[in-house]
Amino acid sequence: MAELITYRDAVARGLAQEMRRDPSVYFLGEDVAAAGGGFKATKGLFEEFGPERVRDTPISEEAILGAAMGAAMTGLKPVAEIMFSDFLATCWDLVAVEIPKTRYMTDGQVTLPLVIRTANGGGLRFGAQHSQAVENWAMAIPGLKVVAPSNPRDVIGLLAAAIRDPDPVMFFEQKSLYPTKGEVPDGEIVDELGVARTLRAGQDVTIVALASMVPRAMAAAEELDEIGISAEVIDLRCLVPLDTRTVVESVKRTSRLVTVEENPRLVGWGAEIVSIVGEECIWHLDGPLTRVTTPHIPLPSADALEDEFLPSVDRIVEATQKAVQ
Amino acid sequence: MSATETVEPTEDSSPEHTSPEEQVWLGLYRQLFRIRSFEERAYRLFMEGLVKGTSHLSLGQEAIAAGFGEAMRADDYTFATYRGHAHTLARGTPMTGVMGELLGRANGVCGGKGGSMHLTSVEHGAMGSYAIIGAHLPIANGAAWSAQVRGTGQVTVCFFGDGTTNIGAFHEALNLAKVWNLPVVFVCENNLYMEYTPIGDVTAVEHPAADRASAYGLESIIVDGNDPDVVFEVASTAIGRARDGGGPSLIEAKTYRHGGHSRADPGTYRPDEEVAEWRARDPVPTYRQRLRDRGVAEGALAAIETEAAADVDAATEAAKAAPPPAVEAAYTNVWADGGAAWRN
Repeated sequence: MAELITYRDAVARGLAQEMRRDPSVYFLGEDVAAAGGGFKATKGLFEEFGPERVRDTPISEEAILGAAMGAAMTGLKPVAEIMFSDFLATCWDLVAVEIPKTRYMTDGQVTLPLVIRTANGGGLRFGAQHSQAVENWAMAIPGLKVVAPSNPRDVIGLLAAAIRDPDPVMFFEQKSLYPTKGEVPDGEIVDELGVARTLRAGQDVTIVALASMVPRAMAAAEELDEIGISAEVIDLRCLVPLDTRTVVESVKRTSRLVTVEENPRLVGWGAEIVSIVGEECIWHLDGPLTRVTTPHIPLPSADALEDEFLPSVDRIVEATQKAVQ
Repeated sequence: MSATETVEPTEDSSPEHTSPEEQVWLGLYRQLFRIRSFEERAYRLFMEGLVKGTSHLSLGQEAIAAGFGEAMRADDYTFATYRGHAHTLARGTPMTGVMGELLGRANGVCGGKGGSMHLTSVEHGAMGSYAIIGAHLPIANGAAWSAQVRGTGQVTVCFFGDGTTNIGAFHEALNLAKVWNLPVVFVCENNLYMEYTPIGDVTAVEHPAADRASAYGLESIIVDGNDPDVVFEVASTAIGRARDGGGPSLIEAKTYRHGGHSRADPGTYRPDEEVAEWRARDPVPTYRQRLRDRGVAEGALAAIETEAAADVDAATEAAKAAPPPAVEAAYTNVWADGGAAWRN
């Protein structure tokens, strides 16, 4: 049995699945309790688990992540919500300097089983301060695991894996995907971190995408098929741990690579994939390693502009055609 | 004559013949003297080039660590700053591991991966020394929250300097601690200087912590941080209240560093008269004299001093003899599986 649910409802279902299973899982953030979250992604949790385990906080991002970190050090498994991923900048000390380094600096005396959930990316006309895709920020910090699901099923399975993981995990929910629907099987869903998924087999080119870029890459692959280009599409799902094996094996077969990312151009995660493929598959390549990104600009608010600059199906098709020629 | 027959301390101050009160005094003096001896040695080893990088000493400020160290329960949590040698030792962390960490040796409490600014000994409740100003106040809240929901009765004590009161995390943490009624005690060690700048020059209020307390519904508390008896008393009260569900406290303990902010800083930005005035209030000799005046035996104090000196010597020798960390250790304990892999 399976049912069709939204990406948004999958967040609440994944959290509820783990909170039922493990009484040490606590959830905190701004407006997450009775209000059900700024994006209504956590509706029903407060009613089921109560104010002890589902905690509203002030607008104090450092206090939120500090509470999560201290609790994780001392026996809880907190899930902290940062409402917009842009707000990670207000608590970047906790994200980049405290949480990822404390296990290492104490040589393993401290373990930090915590998850930071956040709504990431553009597409909702919110302007440059509420639309950034910042998963590459997190990827640059040793000591953080980085997850970004593209569909409701993966939201549940990867969120469960993140909560069960003994290390700190940054969980990027792409906010334009919240209303999208997907089929989800009944019962418990638990995935493994660091495993990419090949969504579509192809012979001519490998397209690697993440989160909101996955449905666009899939749509592009359908169009490419019509003009005689067979594209393999890989949903990376996690940036750390990075499933390089799936990517490298695919590129060795197809001989071409296109990465599709929502980050601005410079030091986006696609550059790391391109670098690894360049080092490890150079003799298998028949075309230029190609990146499709948002241009290196802050994201504008107007719908006409935002649609122009986020990687579109058309841009993916065009870039892939060039890579294959 | 035994302590059960008289409340007055006697010249016979061996443990079995001391009153409970005298045991507290001796405990405080033992903490004071051990920290003083350790810090003096750490300074010497820094000047000899054996302690690398930087070090921030608590010389002159020992009474705060001593008073709280004696007032805490074994399973309580300490969160300290980069000026954290004293607080780590005050929880009973052996000197050898602390000295080894300062020297970057494999026998250090963090295996040489932390250093002077990140001393941690979880088994002693020393939950870390944090080197970014203000960072650990919100983290201390988290440990207190965890103890609260687990119902363990553990109290978290979080130490920080006067400069911390001007950073956002201080204010975020105090607000949340009060709203959630957390079992946490925030202790501002006000040594009058934010690094090299008089705290009064850069702070809107006269008392950097205490004058902010009312904004978070907390009592304004200022104590003499150089008086171990005073610190022990205020610590016991605040910790007891937190343990009984009475919520957080903010304590401003006034003190003074003998030396500069860090490393070899001579602290020449401080007026001579001010330094002299605080030197006269040095907690170690003044407390020693107070205990003698109360009738504590010279022998009992001397025994503490002899033991501390021997422990510092032994820790120094052990650290010097210990090997540096193995190169492979750099690739361990990034993750809970013990490793550092980021790809397959």
